[in-house]
Amino acid sequence: MDILNALVAILNFVVIPAAAYGAQLALGALGVTLIYGILRFSNFAHGDTMAFGAAACIIVFWGLQALGISLHPLPTALLALPVAIAVTALLMIATDRVVYRYYRAKRVDPIIMVMASVGVMFVMNGLTRIIIGVDEIRFDDGARFVINVADFRAWTGLSEGLALRQSQVVTLVVTALACWALFWFLNRTRSGKAMRAYSDNEDLALLSGIDPDRIVRMTWIIAAALATTAGVLYGLDKSFKAFNYFQILLPIFAAAIVGGLGNPVGAVAGGFIVAFSEVAITYPWRKVAGYLFPGWQPEGLLQLLSTEYKFAVSFVILIVVLLFRPTGLFRGKSV
Amino acid sequence: MKKFLMATAASAILAGAASAEDIKLGISMGFTGPLESMSPNMAASVELAVKEANDSGKLLDGSTVSTVRADNTCTDAAAAVAAVERIVTGDRINGLVGGMCSGETIATLERVGIPNGLVMISPSATSPALTDIEDQGLFFRTSPSDARQGEVMADLTLEKGVQSVAVTYTNNDYGKGLADSFAQFYKEKGGTVTVVSAHDDGKADYSAEVAALAAAGGDALVVAGYVDQGGSGIVRGALDSGAFSTFVFPDGMIGQALVDRFGAELETSFGQNPSSEGEGRDKFNALTEAAGFDGNSAFAGESYDAAALLMLAMAAANSSDPKVYKDKVMDVANEPGEKIYPGELAKGIELLSQGQDVDYVGATSVELIGPGESAGVYRVLDFAGGTMNVIGFR
Repeated sequence: MDILNALVAILNFVVIPAAAYGAQLALGALGVTLIYGILRFSNFAHGDTMAFGAAACIIVFWGLQALGISLHPLPTALLALPVAIAVTALLMIATDRVVYRYYRAKRVDPIIMVMASVGVMFVMNGLTRIIIGVDEIRFDDGARFVINVADFRAWTGLSEGLALRQSQVVTLVVTALACWALFWFLNRTRSGKAMRAYSDNEDLALLSGIDPDRIVRMTWIIAAALATTAGVLYGLDKSFKAFNYFQILLPIFAAAIVGGLGNPVGAVAGGFIVAFSEVAITYPWRKVAGYLFPGWQPEGLLQLLSTEYKFAVSFVILIVVLLFRPTGLFRGKSV
Repeated sequence: MKKFLMATAASAILAGAASAEDIKLGISMGFTGPLESMSPNMAASVELAVKEANDSGKLLDGSTVSTVRADNTCTDAAAAVAAVERIVTGDRINGLVGGMCSGETIATLERVGIPNGLVMISPSATSPALTDIEDQGLFFRTSPSDARQGEVMADLTLEKGVQSVAVTYTNNDYGKGLADSFAQFYKEKGGTVTVVSAHDDGKADYSAEVAALAAAGGDALVVAGYVDQGGSGIVRGALDSGAFSTFVFPDGMIGQALVDRFGAELETSFGQNPSSEGEGRDKFNALTEAAGFDGNSAFAGESYDAAALLMLAMAAANSSDPKVYKDKVMDVANEPGEKIYPGELAKGIELLSQGQDVDYVGATSVELIGPGESAGVYRVLDFAGGTMNVIGFR
């Protein structure tokens, strides 16, 4: 019984939240890694692209609500997602036309592209705030729980409760689908192969007749789809607030670099590694220890790091990986 | 610049002559920053009191009062000091309504107020640290110290039969002061505090903070935070994960937003916030309604009272010099004397200029105790049936 209680406590406070958070990071890191692999720069505007995508989704969601359309018990935002992706993709392609294309034609150093993306980040930052404001917005209209604490306790008779929110399940399912679709596209389709060829060797790809403009356009569309999906899932699970997407940029980059920049499998693995480390390192293990070793009730909380330092965990992982394995765990490109 | 020099020279001469003068009141509030939504109504309340005194034409032989606003940002003490310094040396204010947030108020008092001998009355800085501060009789506040709120909250929690609690606070002077004071009184009175931990505002996700609080355990969770900020995030996380079902809410969490968000989920929770009921509050609300803003918004009444106290003290001392009128603030706020309600400033000023005593009641039943802070009346609230119910006062 005590071992079961310990297991449920770990599931409830570590595994489930970290898995949902890891999935959101993985989707974000996939977008970053794709742009790095094909367009060859670290896109700092990615966090704010997520915010813009989520904002677009919320506006469409409001429209659907006004029309009385609902996906109950699933969140209606899933219905609004494709429209939001289209809008975001258009914005990304327009940004590329106005900003990045010029620098690409001049074949500038990657660092100049990175700085340009910082500028784009600030513009998108402002744009999102002008469109939807700075306030917290909740748009999770579906059923809240798949398993709720009171019911779980009643079913099992355990003293620990287990909560599984619907947004967490939706996050994991949608992330799995998105990853599957992306890998299928990259490995099985002609366009996907062309993209990988362009990523491996730009000049060789051009010689074999691949149209670079088309590759760039496709990259932005896929990146927009990933960013919007990640942004919407994050907003559904937590709540939409423009500023939070700026903050999540650091763990996303940590995830992409840990996995190996430019390597999609690495991005997914990196997302989960960062999320599980953040949650497990800041979780106090006293209660679990109490269940596992009855009779031992430690004074402290058995917490490695106070929760205020959660973001520091991403930094530490980033530094350790860059010091000892600069190409990341899955052999991406070196930074 | 020339005009400005002439104006200051002229006002210096006039002040020496002790006849009608142009009195300036500073308003130091966080017009930008985390409390930017509260500041406009607070400043409007100050200006309402000033207008009332001006319309009476009786203050210091027909002197007029004007206000100067300074943006103290609430969070940045250096910016607050610079802003107030500017209106002290530039505009030569005769008194200050402010600061707004505890940290910034302490810095302003120590670095501008005391060196310049400026009287400051804060409507909303509630940190216990301001009670013991060496203020040379220059600092007052129309809001109660959180030390008092901590005691009220500790009593209330024990009376509800809650014997052990976890405490989380927003990581600033307000949250820390309140949490420490609560924990101290609660332990003294026999309760057990399992953990006191901070949370930062403005984050998306509080599951890690909630996990830490849940691991420490307790029958209830005390949330010394803000309802529009991390406080609600913590409550949401605790409810979702089943970590806590009973919450204790101090003033920062009390608001309609709390009920809108959680409704029936707060069935067993309770809390308190500083508030006064009765004649003064009703009269103040009527005044603000006529002026076109909401008098029930947080600390609006306290702001009106702060400005009123400054001007009444000037009338009592027959001087707008802070070094002279600072000793009169306590006299006009407390008994004995004729009771003065909002809208009756003219009467108060007239009585004082005739040498009689007044007891300013104002919007928030002002009663200054100790080193010049409000004694504080608290509403006790519960959330039975998914609504916010007032169940008593203390």
